[in-house]
Amino acid sequence: MATAVKQRSDVILDYIRPRKKFPSVWCAGCGNGIVMSALIRAIEKAGYSKDGIAMLSGIGCSSRMPIYFDVSALHTTHGRALGFATGVKFARPELKVIVITGDGDALAIGGNHFIHACRRNIDITAILLNNYIYGMTGGQGSPTTPSEAFSTTTPYGNVEKHFEPCDLAAAAGATFVGRTTVYHAPQMEKLLGDAMAHRGFSLVEVVSNCHTYFGRLNRQGDAVSMINHFKEQSVPVAKSRKMSPEELEGKIVTGKLHEVDKTEFCDEYQRVVDAVQGRN
Amino acid sequence: MPDKKRVLMQGNHACVAGAIYAGMRFYAGYPITPSTEVAEGCARRLPEIGGRFIQMEDEIGSIAAVIGASVAGLKSMTATSGPGYSLMVENIGYAYMTETPCVIINVQRGGPSTGLPTKVSQSDTMQARWGTHGDYTAIAVAPSSVAETVTETIRAFNLSERFRTPVTLLLDEVIGHMREIITLPEPGECEVVERVKPTCPPEQFIPFEMTESLVNPMPAYGEGYRNVITGLTHDTMGFTTNKPVEIAPKLDKLRNKIMRHVDEITRLRTEFIDDAEILFISYGSVARAAFQAAKIAREAGAKVGAIQLQSIWPFPDKELMELCARCRKVIVGELNMGQVAIEVERVLPRDTEVHTLLRYDGEILTPMQLLEKLDEVL
Repeated sequence: MATAVKQRSDVILDYIRPRKKFPSVWCAGCGNGIVMSALIRAIEKAGYSKDGIAMLSGIGCSSRMPIYFDVSALHTTHGRALGFATGVKFARPELKVIVITGDGDALAIGGNHFIHACRRNIDITAILLNNYIYGMTGGQGSPTTPSEAFSTTTPYGNVEKHFEPCDLAAAAGATFVGRTTVYHAPQMEKLLGDAMAHRGFSLVEVVSNCHTYFGRLNRQGDAVSMINHFKEQSVPVAKSRKMSPEELEGKIVTGKLHEVDKTEFCDEYQRVVDAVQGRN
Repeated sequence: MPDKKRVLMQGNHACVAGAIYAGMRFYAGYPITPSTEVAEGCARRLPEIGGRFIQMEDEIGSIAAVIGASVAGLKSMTATSGPGYSLMVENIGYAYMTETPCVIINVQRGGPSTGLPTKVSQSDTMQARWGTHGDYTAIAVAPSSVAETVTETIRAFNLSERFRTPVTLLLDEVIGHMREIITLPEPGECEVVERVKPTCPPEQFIPFEMTESLVNPMPAYGEGYRNVITGLTHDTMGFTTNKPVEIAPKLDKLRNKIMRHVDEITRLRTEFIDDAEILFISYGSVARAAFQAAKIAREAGAKVGAIQLQSIWPFPDKELMELCARCRKVIVGELNMGQVAIEVERVLPRDTEVHTLLRYDGEILTPMQLLEKLDEVL
């Protein structure tokens, strides 16, 4: 058992930027670290070389993640990571391009880039850490903040409706969509591995805890009780298909939700280049 | 047999020719009048040479993709007009901060807001200098003919790679849409600057090291350097910093790497200036009218000359002061409310009279109008 633990930590250390100073900017108990370690294990398992990975992000708590990773990292502007990632991937299709984003970053300020990256089916894996709130700026409402939930900008309860990121992505044309929570670390590792192996645009939504703001303002307790709550709320996708809409109310459906095979953007463009150059 | 390289071409297509000559292999953009022909030209030409063209969802995504492609190792550009440039400025600031080379073409139309999509203007001149928030130094060049558009586009890429900074190519609607017969440069005829890449082992690489030149080698993604790039103020390793001793040096670097080389960046075209008592100062389409007006005035015996600013930012303070040392009066002609005139007034001695002929009604300035102004100030 001790050996297994040591091996795991060695893997983690191998992917952490050696010259970056720690601790991280994240609060103690934040789900971001669970996602980061699951991503490292998934990358290690798949055998992608560190030199062959470009990891991008926008602005927000989760978007700090690429800075700690020992890969080519582009910490971009708020909401625009998928635009930058489109340039990186299209310029160097041989790179494995991963985007780390949050609910505010991807769905509010970056909503347009999000749906169009899905539509193009460009081979990028987007990991959306959904904590229902803007953490970095101190707890404001986001596009995934549930109706009636409290935040510093919804002090009387949220009057707006929320986005379902997975439904949005599938409707916009993403060819791989999955959801998990920070409780389900092994499932997350598997899902991230499958998403990265998929050729085309893949989205993995990870429901995560911001106990510092969302938890406190909505009386959901500390990190442990929030993560336990995710466990209780979650339903595997196979089981969910046998449940009624009423039974699914308030549940988090986890697993691979959607996967289809469609031509990928860079491949299609290369086909055009080959045709124009008379190679076909 | 006619020379195959002589072609009838509009300014917007000349941008494409110049950019490809300079090694541009990535274009991302969004349609906007009067710049759209640049995108259309790239969409057609880039696949032929193995380059990449993408029409993004908006101008914000366009400049984001351009910067992404540049860090991935390709010379990249976009083209737009005022409203699109306004959308791009946040990410152009990201390129300043991260020292990422890229070229932004702004084919100017009237503003503010949607303004005059099909009419000429030069009212984004100051935006090219101050568009994004924060302290930084900008480079902008402004051709006044189709032939110059080819060479200045090449130069924009060269400056961008040389100084690792975004460069704005300021066209106006007249230059973008005007057609002229030009001779395209042969391979090897114009200098093309390539990006300097690091040669040290990755573990010794300091991406933003304070070197004497202040311009660092830049690896492409996938080449083993795995460095971090952030728009947050960063130290020499590229890591975010809040330390005063690291913040000011970073901002000094952004300024000094350019300001120490103003001579290299500045390009002015002059005519009849040796004994001139009155000088026209202009750029872009107005320069064409100003040279014509100076020629007519000379033929009538007046000691009049003309200066065209082929580069506008950094503003050529020293050169302009020297060129105007012996003249008593200058007339600044531009298609805005006096954006360059403010700079000319700042630079020239108090006893030099600075007159302006400003037009912002969507029409061009003609040689006759400049001559009328000359009569007025004589």
